[in-house]
Amino acid sequence: MTKTETRSERVLDAVERGEATVGTRPDEVVIGLSPAFGDFFTRTIVDIPHAEVLRELLAGIEEQGVGARVIRYRGGADLAVIAHAAARLSGSGIGVGVLSRGTTMIHQKDLVRLSNLELFPQAPLLDPETFRKVGRNAARYAKGESPEPVPARNDYMARPRWQAKAALLHIKETEFVTPGAAPVELDVRIRLADAG
Amino acid sequence: MTAEPLPVSTPTSKRTEALEARPVNLDGFVEEWPEVGMVAMDSPYDPTPSVRVADGVIVEMDGKPRAEFDFLDQFIADHAIDVDTTEQAMTLEPVEVARMLVDPAVSRSEVVEVAGGLTPAALLEVVKTMNVVEMMQALQKMRARRTPANQAHSTSARDNPVQVAAEAAEASLRGFRELETTLGVVRYAPLVAIALQVGSLAGTPGVLTQCALEEATELELGMRGITAYAETISVYGTEPVFCDGDDTPWSKAFLASAYASRGIKMRFTSGTGSEVQMGNAEGKSMLYLEIRCILVAKGAGVQGLQNGSISCIGVPGAVPAGIRAVLAENLIASTADLECASGNDQSFSHSDMRRTARLLPQLLPGTDFVCSGYSAVPNYDNMFAGSNVDSTDYDDWNTIQRDLQVDGALRHVPEPELLAARSRAAKALQAVFAQLGLPTITDKEVEAVTYAHGSQDLPMRDVLEDLKAAQSVMDRGITGLDVIKALEASGYNDMARTLLAVLRHRVSGDLLHTSAILTPELETLSAVNDANDYAGPGTGYRPAGERWEEMKRLRHVVSASNPETEVG
Repeated sequence: MTKTETRSERVLDAVERGEATVGTRPDEVVIGLSPAFGDFFTRTIVDIPHAEVLRELLAGIEEQGVGARVIRYRGGADLAVIAHAAARLSGSGIGVGVLSRGTTMIHQKDLVRLSNLELFPQAPLLDPETFRKVGRNAARYAKGESPEPVPARNDYMARPRWQAKAALLHIKETEFVTPGAAPVELDVRIRLADAG
Repeated sequence: MTAEPLPVSTPTSKRTEALEARPVNLDGFVEEWPEVGMVAMDSPYDPTPSVRVADGVIVEMDGKPRAEFDFLDQFIADHAIDVDTTEQAMTLEPVEVARMLVDPAVSRSEVVEVAGGLTPAALLEVVKTMNVVEMMQALQKMRARRTPANQAHSTSARDNPVQVAAEAAEASLRGFRELETTLGVVRYAPLVAIALQVGSLAGTPGVLTQCALEEATELELGMRGITAYAETISVYGTEPVFCDGDDTPWSKAFLASAYASRGIKMRFTSGTGSEVQMGNAEGKSMLYLEIRCILVAKGAGVQGLQNGSISCIGVPGAVPAGIRAVLAENLIASTADLECASGNDQSFSHSDMRRTARLLPQLLPGTDFVCSGYSAVPNYDNMFAGSNVDSTDYDDWNTIQRDLQVDGALRHVPEPELLAARSRAAKALQAVFAQLGLPTITDKEVEAVTYAHGSQDLPMRDVLEDLKAAQSVMDRGITGLDVIKALEASGYNDMARTLLAVLRHRVSGDLLHTSAILTPELETLSAVNDANDYAGPGTGYRPAGERWEEMKRLRHVVSASNPETEVG
């Protein structure tokens, strides 16, 4: 028997809801998106749709019974800055930052910005399953647990293959930075492209 | 008549298929895009060299009046360029300076003096007149230390301290004089840094160790004497990229002085491609921006610089003449009279031919550290995301040294010696952990790591217990002296004495000299007492005597006296 998979692509609708505020729920994780995530860019460096990335992160958080909010960081395209900003807006102090190309970080508000709880630096290695695990771990930190870090994947040939393309993607992302702009709250809907 | 339908895609030839299958075609290459800085060293947007001095202050540099200087310009103009000589030096044509660099009759110190007056744009113009062979010829003269050395990475995909210790021991026996580690999970750092330090003591004495981390923790581990030097203090060639790291040239100089205040060796890190990688190259070539970094390092007063693109090598590697630019970086760092740890430390290509070609420009002339991170572990364990050369390349490296009679600072070591050192490192770490109340290292782990190639050959550790213990190392204020006491209490007196001697060098400050390393006899070898004296054929460092005999040994060499056997 062969298994056929007909999966239609998911689409991300993100509506801005004004300036993001600091959460009051102690059991939430804030996901910080980079300026062009799900906007100018729609896929990671290895073509995972941004809708899928966000869906897995949210699912990972929610399956732990933790709430999630999504913000867009507009003032910069540096992952540590974005993840730390998300952590500082989070009621639990735990945030996840994601760049358009897929690079991801879990941060905690009391850590120094250039430190982190978990960093996933090699965007080409991040698959949907890893994003689910990242969401799950972020939620567990938010609950005050000490989860085993998501196993770091390491492909030492990712650099020669992808680094220059990553640079071009980053240059493009940086064009969408609005210096000094405050992060905005996003209302996120993920739907199937052919639904309706 | 109906024709056969045309194939959907044009067929490819067998030749094309064969070429497509070659590893080099897995590498990424991109077009130049000078407007955003995606260009190695030849951009129409780089500034034209100029300088003007008034009242002992540089008031114009590279076409910009002082009022328009950004903070890098200001720092370089005020701290890196010699105001007394700059106007004179800038009258020289770029090609004249390039000829001084290549000509063995012109001494290193003469070139250093002239180069000290050159602006970033002028230094760029100088190397633009040089091809790679000329740059290599210049580099063998401009390297600060006479004797080349090498540095290795010892890391673990599972941050396994036992593995890091065993690999440190092996790496020290193989000849590396500096060892660097870093982490997948940064909270593991204190345990892994201790492991690197302890392990390195089980091989050849006098290896310096460091742990690449966020800067505050890296400094703290250094001050505590758990590490012996620091290297990953990054500087960048444009203001916005500097600011992304919450830094300025002055804050980096302050950090440098914090290390110096404790007699701890440290160097900065920079490299072509980082600014374009971070999207803020301000439309300048990669090399122009890197030259600004080199001069910031010089202006900050640090003894050296790790450069040669480093973690951004995929960027210059993807554009035309990128690897020529990388060599030019190393040459300019050396010409600025800085120690140069010259890259070759990051995975660069799928092609063995291409990664060897990338290595030769540093290996052949020799640099202070040919690799600023040869992976002493298999690349799958390399937490710097892979190196250009790893632990499966040792025999190739040793053979290239022997073929060309070029000293890449490594040697072949017979297996029994390696196994003894690996085992001793793991046992010593086992004892130190027990003494310090850290999680148990089992005999099974010691046995496994002695014969292992990588982390996949090792039993899993209890990561959560290790992470708790790592935090306790920080909370309890454990220092290098505690490690020394633990070694002494467990009967590893020689290792304890060596570590004490390494730490005592902080008091004399000798390791702050340019290009300082420790010899196996625990003496400082630096540009002060081992200055490069290359002055053409028959001069300078050449492997000879005992060292050359050592370099002749390989894993398999047929005996001349009895060709049925092998020597060594």
